[in-house]
Amino acid sequence: MKLAYWMYAGPAHIGTLRVASSFKNVHAIMHAPLGDDYFNVMRSMLERERDFTPVTASIVDRHVLARGSQEKVVENITRKDQQEKPDLIVLTPTCTSSILQEDLQNFVERATRNTNSDILLADVNHYRVNEFQAADRTLEQIISFYLEKTSIDFSNIYSKKTEKPSANILGIFTLGFHHQHDCREIYRILKDLGIKINLIIPEGCLVTNLKKIPEAWFNIVPYREIGLMAAQYLEKKYNMPYIATTPMGLVETASWIRQIYGTSAHVAHALKRALKPEFASANFQRMCALAEGEREQVASQRDGVRYNIISNLSKKKFEEYIDQQTRFVSQAAWFSRSIDCQNLTGKKALVFGDATHAAAMTKILVREMGINVCCAGTYCQNDADWFREQVQGFCDQVLITEDHTQVGNMISQIEPAAIFGTQMERHVGKRLDIPCGVISAPIHIQNFPLSYRPFLGYEGTNQIADLVYNSFTLGMEDHLLEIFGGHDVKTVITKNLSTDDNLIWNEPAQTELKKIPGFVRNRIKRNTEKFARSKQIKEITVEVMYAAKEALAS
Amino acid sequence: MSFTTTTLKFECETGNYHTFCPISCVSWLYQKISDSFFLVIGTKTCGYFLQNALGVMIFAEPRYAMAELEEGDISAQLHDFDELKRLCLQIQQDRNPSVIVWIGTCTTEIIKMDLEGMAPKIEEFIGRPIIVARANGLDYAFTQGEDTVLAAMAHRCPEYIKEKTLYQTSPLVLFGSLPNTVAQQLTRELENQGIKVSGWLPEARYEELPGLGSGVFVCGVHPFLSRTATTLMRRRKCQLIGAPFPIGPDGTRAWIEKICQVFEITPKNLEQREADIWENLKDYLSLVKSKSVFFMGDNLLEISLARFLIRCGMIVYEIGIPYMDKRFQASELNLLEKTCREMKVAMPRIVEKPDNSNQIQRIRALQPDLVITGLAHSNPLEARGITTKWSVEFTFAQIHGFTNARDILELVTRPLRRNNHLKDLGWSKLVKNIENKH
Repeated sequence: MKLAYWMYAGPAHIGTLRVASSFKNVHAIMHAPLGDDYFNVMRSMLERERDFTPVTASIVDRHVLARGSQEKVVENITRKDQQEKPDLIVLTPTCTSSILQEDLQNFVERATRNTNSDILLADVNHYRVNEFQAADRTLEQIISFYLEKTSIDFSNIYSKKTEKPSANILGIFTLGFHHQHDCREIYRILKDLGIKINLIIPEGCLVTNLKKIPEAWFNIVPYREIGLMAAQYLEKKYNMPYIATTPMGLVETASWIRQIYGTSAHVAHALKRALKPEFASANFQRMCALAEGEREQVASQRDGVRYNIISNLSKKKFEEYIDQQTRFVSQAAWFSRSIDCQNLTGKKALVFGDATHAAAMTKILVREMGINVCCAGTYCQNDADWFREQVQGFCDQVLITEDHTQVGNMISQIEPAAIFGTQMERHVGKRLDIPCGVISAPIHIQNFPLSYRPFLGYEGTNQIADLVYNSFTLGMEDHLLEIFGGHDVKTVITKNLSTDDNLIWNEPAQTELKKIPGFVRNRIKRNTEKFARSKQIKEITVEVMYAAKEALAS
Repeated sequence: MSFTTTTLKFECETGNYHTFCPISCVSWLYQKISDSFFLVIGTKTCGYFLQNALGVMIFAEPRYAMAELEEGDISAQLHDFDELKRLCLQIQQDRNPSVIVWIGTCTTEIIKMDLEGMAPKIEEFIGRPIIVARANGLDYAFTQGEDTVLAAMAHRCPEYIKEKTLYQTSPLVLFGSLPNTVAQQLTRELENQGIKVSGWLPEARYEELPGLGSGVFVCGVHPFLSRTATTLMRRRKCQLIGAPFPIGPDGTRAWIEKICQVFEITPKNLEQREADIWENLKDYLSLVKSKSVFFMGDNLLEISLARFLIRCGMIVYEIGIPYMDKRFQASELNLLEKTCREMKVAMPRIVEKPDNSNQIQRIRALQPDLVITGLAHSNPLEARGITTKWSVEFTFAQIHGFTNARDILELVTRPLRRNNHLKDLGWSKLVKNIENKH
């Protein structure tokens, strides 16, 4: 048992429901007690979803406990099948069904006989995986189910590829942190690069279209937490390469675009090699029906298209694009050179969030803005190694934990000038008077903005620059306040997370403290007290304050 | 819809409806009982629900926490007793509460964790009372969580010791958790009639729980407290005053009258008091008059609210309700029937354990002016041009007594007033016309 007030990642079934309800015309049925359909509220409220969330519960009550679900689950499935006519129904186990150990697979098999929809039992264990892992697994499960079901022969995979380079985007889904905006931004960049989007999965995708996945040249996985399992499966099974870099920040976006070039060029060459035998086999009959001359023409046209694309995929064009976007379209590169950003140099920050956003943010702050990240952390414990590797050399220490109090203590210990974290860190920041920019789930309704706010791509770099800039106290204001002794004459408020108080501030010291600008006053107060305590000083005088400042400076 | 029915009709559907899990009661109970600590013994699912449902409260150092069960607890590799002892000791040291309330959940039910058996032993060890309430989703809906807690707390009330009072021979204890100001308002209303309220279950502090025993009269303020009522009658030998609930001026008056009747007091000024309140509501009444309402049902306040709204001049099509205790709500149901007759409107159908998907069909057919429903359905209905009011707000708002009648109408009319502001803009339906397959 664990005493817990707050959690970063939700229970497994939430992940499954997020994936299932992101697909179009897919219905999820939870095997759960009354009140566990809270997911519907989240989707309807946070996402301001206009449609009814396609999730219902097959209620587990006293009777089910005594006699088992019996016909109930099967009836609920068949009823939903008739009412909504979905393509797929995902039966979702919860913590309750994990313990009841009813044979849900058996219900699925029985229901399948009477339904038009496909029925799947989500392969998640409440006690083993969290929301993100479950989402990742469910996506892979649904994709593999439909690909294995399809009658299309993928033995010669290249015969099915799209004419022009194309990509699938894996892992855009409901209740994701700025996913909709990120997806639009990725779409924009790919369009600029002449790459078509084959499918966006799962958001808005029909499961009946999943058979088209292998037609894309490669897969893009923008977020580490979901989509990676599916991408790996597709690589293994259909030889599809994938790009798992997150295009967040200028450097990473450039590297992501270069990978797109590399992967496209690679597939293009493979296609070129595979082209001739393809004509002999797959299109043989169609070709035979054509007259001799026509046949040549079609073949050369097709080859022409392929060759055109290969020549279109010029490295120089990609590099030009990166340069143009970096220096002139995105404002972030210029921002980092501008005087304002100079004032951010060396300021202390703490970063905490999911692995994707926390790692990317750490790199942006350090590499692109010159900010000192004292601590970077993630709650994705299952991905700890990757995270450590990513932020290595970018921060002083790494924090991997699911315990929010540990993060809170770290913040009060470090006292950064700004925090970049989740809603939880925002609240810690409020209590300690430290500004916080929210960069990762878990999030509240205000993190589902109506306006266009991507975190990825070039527009994303602008958004992030604004976020960072607005989080720190504005540069010049900072100096002016220090010079003129601050405009804030409110009495000192003690806000402590970790310290106990038995120190006395004498009159002149109190007056001196009041002169210090409001936004740094508490920090100075705490630092002075920390110093006093370490020197066993009971009364704080102006001298002690200066001594503390000197001690800290050295 | 037949307008000839003269009695209330009760139906029961499949029970596939959306409501909050009853563990949500910790959110208002920990605030009400200021020296308590609530420990919810459950899984990540419970924690996630609380975290999302209670939002901002989480960050304010709440006096509740999860005892999160892990795989070892489920497979009995860890000893429940030692684990709970450890956590309770920690809570006792960190927070020093006067009482720890254990909230049993679905999981503790299924793995048959003997909370009632362990509590007394741990209680002895840490020297703090531990109350066990099984507020789980297997048995209860939303507000019934409070019912389970209060029923368990009723056992902890001290024995009533008879004393001479100036006002009446028997003491009166009111049960139901209300914000302190509202409890104070109701107490004052009764005092004005010469009735002294000797205590509330719960009080603002655990240590102030009222004495109970034979000779004590008890009366409920919420419609969802049937277990508490039963416990008070059967186990604590109290006499239950069955009255309509003090929601709306009509309900408040009927509630006071019923209590007066039991204490053989003729109420003074009550009629005038009610009339003044109605007079005060005039501006709101003109907004709701003849408008139709549909309650999807999720918090058991539905009968009382419907009764009040009918008195306000509204037409109620359907009252969905999770659970209907016809005995505990008998007076309220009578008042509802009487109100319908007096207002000359059809008796609404009362649907117990409703089926949300059937209800949505009926809503589409009836096109009511207002649907009172949970958050899962509000936005989708609004997008289809159907006006909604979020039902949970009635649980958290102050709706009891004469003073707060205005607050109920403030809630009910808010979407209608919003509609008045936006009515000429031509965008009330905001979904594409694609889904006629339902």
